[in-house]
Amino acid sequence: MKNVFLIIIGMALVTYVPRLLPFTLLKNKTPSKYLGRFLKLIPYTALGALILPGILNATPVLPMAGLVGGAVAFIICYVRGGIILPIFAAIAATYTILVF
Amino acid sequence: MNNLSQEDSINKRDYMRGAQAGFPIIIGYLSVGLAFGLLAKTTGITLLESILFSSVVYAGSSQFMALSLIAIGTGALGIIITTFLVNFRHFLMSASLSAKLKKGADRFLPLIAFGVTDETFSVASFEKGLLTSEYLLGLNFVSYASWNVGTFLGYVLGSALPPSLQASMGVAIYAMFIALVTPKAKASHKVASLVIMSGIVNSLVEKFTSLPQGWTIIIAIFAVSAFGLFMFDDKEMETL
Repeated sequence: MKNVFLIIIGMALVTYVPRLLPFTLLKNKTPSKYLGRFLKLIPYTALGALILPGILNATPVLPMAGLVGGAVAFIICYVRGGIILPIFAAIAATYTILVF
Repeated sequence: MNNLSQEDSINKRDYMRGAQAGFPIIIGYLSVGLAFGLLAKTTGITLLESILFSSVVYAGSSQFMALSLIAIGTGALGIIITTFLVNFRHFLMSASLSAKLKKGADRFLPLIAFGVTDETFSVASFEKGLLTSEYLLGLNFVSYASWNVGTFLGYVLGSALPPSLQASMGVAIYAMFIALVTPKAKASHKVASLVIMSGIVNSLVEKFTSLPQGWTIIIAIFAVSAFGLFMFDDKEMETL
């Protein structure tokens, strides 16, 4: 189907340009004070918005499972830190709830 | 000569550090990639086209959206415009990342930019200090490879994983987001409020408006980051 190739090329272009543009615009420039701060805050606000409300529907069959997984990740990370352990614990917790 | 080889080994070390930091993404991308490959097959798309989706577009949520739009017979232009809207959030993420790049780390910028996803952005942003090109290339490579391997396996093997296991592995990405931000939120109540506020704004905008997918998150990032400018003084900004 020729049409699908056309879709793929178009999608690739409109996805890549917004990814590339900021790098070229800000290349070798120091942003002004407030723009710099704004950019520094983005990771925190982006993460908040990536987690909520997505986690509430991460396992559509049983939303509670994904939610408990997220909570387990949070608690382990809060108490012990790390990334890998919280993730595997979250997978295990979610799986346990989904299976039983 | 000696200097050169020293620089070489620093670059290699950075690359490996980036690749290692991408480990959590590998778990998530393999499982979601599997789901994409399988769905692509059931949508009636060829293996080559599925691989091209993942290797040339390389943007998960818009790929899933494209499949469902193709399935209901939406035209190419409609799908491309929707994709632009869905993926525009990466503009903000690229801007934030480029401010965290080490001075002069502009080798391979086109390649670095290609690899910006919600997940690589999140991992790189919470890396201590400034970022080198090599670190980002290592991070991007393992993420890109696992997304494409997942897509291929999903198409060829179909539902090789039991559905419950696959669904649980999909939670890995959320668990990663949570694990990245928790130490910072634990260290500062203000950071914690900012993160939660953004999640709430995103949820509310999603619930009460009919904005296209991807724009609720842009509004949340924009509004709450702007609000954050008034929350932190100079000293606190330094520690972020």
